[in-house]
Amino acid sequence: MLAATANQTIGPYWHLIEDPTWSDLTRFGAEGEKIILTGTVCDGAGSLVTDAAIEIWQSSPVASEIFPAFGRCRTDANGAFRFTTLKPGPVAGLGNAQQAPHVAISIFARGLLNALTTRLYFQNEPLNEADPVLSMIEDEARRHTLIARRDASGAWNLDIRLQGDNETVFMEI
Amino acid sequence: MTTDRGPFRPIVANSQPANDTPSYGSTHLRHPTQVPLRIPQSITETTGPRFTPARFGPMADLSVINGKQAQGERIIVRGRVVDENNRPVPHTMIEIWQANAAGRYDHPGDQHDAPMDPNFHGGGRVFSDADGWYQFTSIKPGAYPWRNHHNAWRPNHIHYSLFGTGFGQRVITQMYFPGDPLLALDPIFLAVPDQAARERLIAGFDIDITSPEWALGYRFDFVLRGRDATPTEQA
Repeated sequence: MLAATANQTIGPYWHLIEDPTWSDLTRFGAEGEKIILTGTVCDGAGSLVTDAAIEIWQSSPVASEIFPAFGRCRTDANGAFRFTTLKPGPVAGLGNAQQAPHVAISIFARGLLNALTTRLYFQNEPLNEADPVLSMIEDEARRHTLIARRDASGAWNLDIRLQGDNETVFMEI
Repeated sequence: MTTDRGPFRPIVANSQPANDTPSYGSTHLRHPTQVPLRIPQSITETTGPRFTPARFGPMADLSVINGKQAQGERIIVRGRVVDENNRPVPHTMIEIWQANAAGRYDHPGDQHDAPMDPNFHGGGRVFSDADGWYQFTSIKPGAYPWRNHHNAWRPNHIHYSLFGTGFGQRVITQMYFPGDPLLALDPIFLAVPDQAARERLIAGFDIDITSPEWALGYRFDFVLRGRDATPTEQA
């Protein structure tokens, strides 16, 4: 068996491949419940990370010609990212489990030799209680690092902390 | 038999760099300190985005802009995308970016005092063919200094991003050039623990890919994570 190619950092100059339109997953005309996902990324000293690439992938709604289900957005000078997408619904888990609506997130940046992967869930979803991934996290404060809240503008907000207090739960898949 | 939907195999030990790599200064405040949560692979992890050349147009020649040639040593890079089961990964998108021949990126964040090249941007995109083969033309990127430690220089390298067929296959990496003396001093390259895995990041010079009177050829293959084998169905 072969071993997968080693990861290397995306570095600070990845914007050479950036297409800012990729942050809008509805740009090809997908219709449904449009939502905004926002947040900031900060490091172990609380400094904003202003050179990261944030990628999202959704298994719901299912990808199609008009819905890529994938997006990429830079963190800007304020360490912030912002996506427009469609609200995911529940999806199947292993066995008979059902997963709460969620969005998979990958974080690439200078200083990250591998992607960091995590998930975004939505506050007040009844299925969160029984979600097979959230249920693996015993510490309630840590579980909350994955749950986006609606802000005054209606956008779903989730801040990501790479290290230290309130460090986001990252996953190995 | 493997299916296109099955879970990916576990990551091979020592084949991937540690996020906490003290010799690479930017990792200090950016690597998580908690052990990652190992989650079961569901449809979210086993499926992934599909990109088509119709919607995401290829840019397979980085060596020329509006008919004007970039400065530097012209190269052709050719290789194959396979998975850990040695099956080709067809029609998958490969994103490419790199510095110019003088070691300068066409990027506002790059303040290295080396000349820009108006005929070189450094971003590209290609797709593997039905058998997993890809190819593009560029110029050999220059080495450049970075402030990681005293007298630190990055070896010549090209950045790549591949998606494969599932979220769990995503890879972003760098390709290096054979015989580069900076490799032995580079904390990013050396962060890959296993020597063989590290050396697979170095392209091979290939005279058969080399084009007479035109460009030097390099061979560079990608291996994406493989899916677990499922029991063969009995007839």
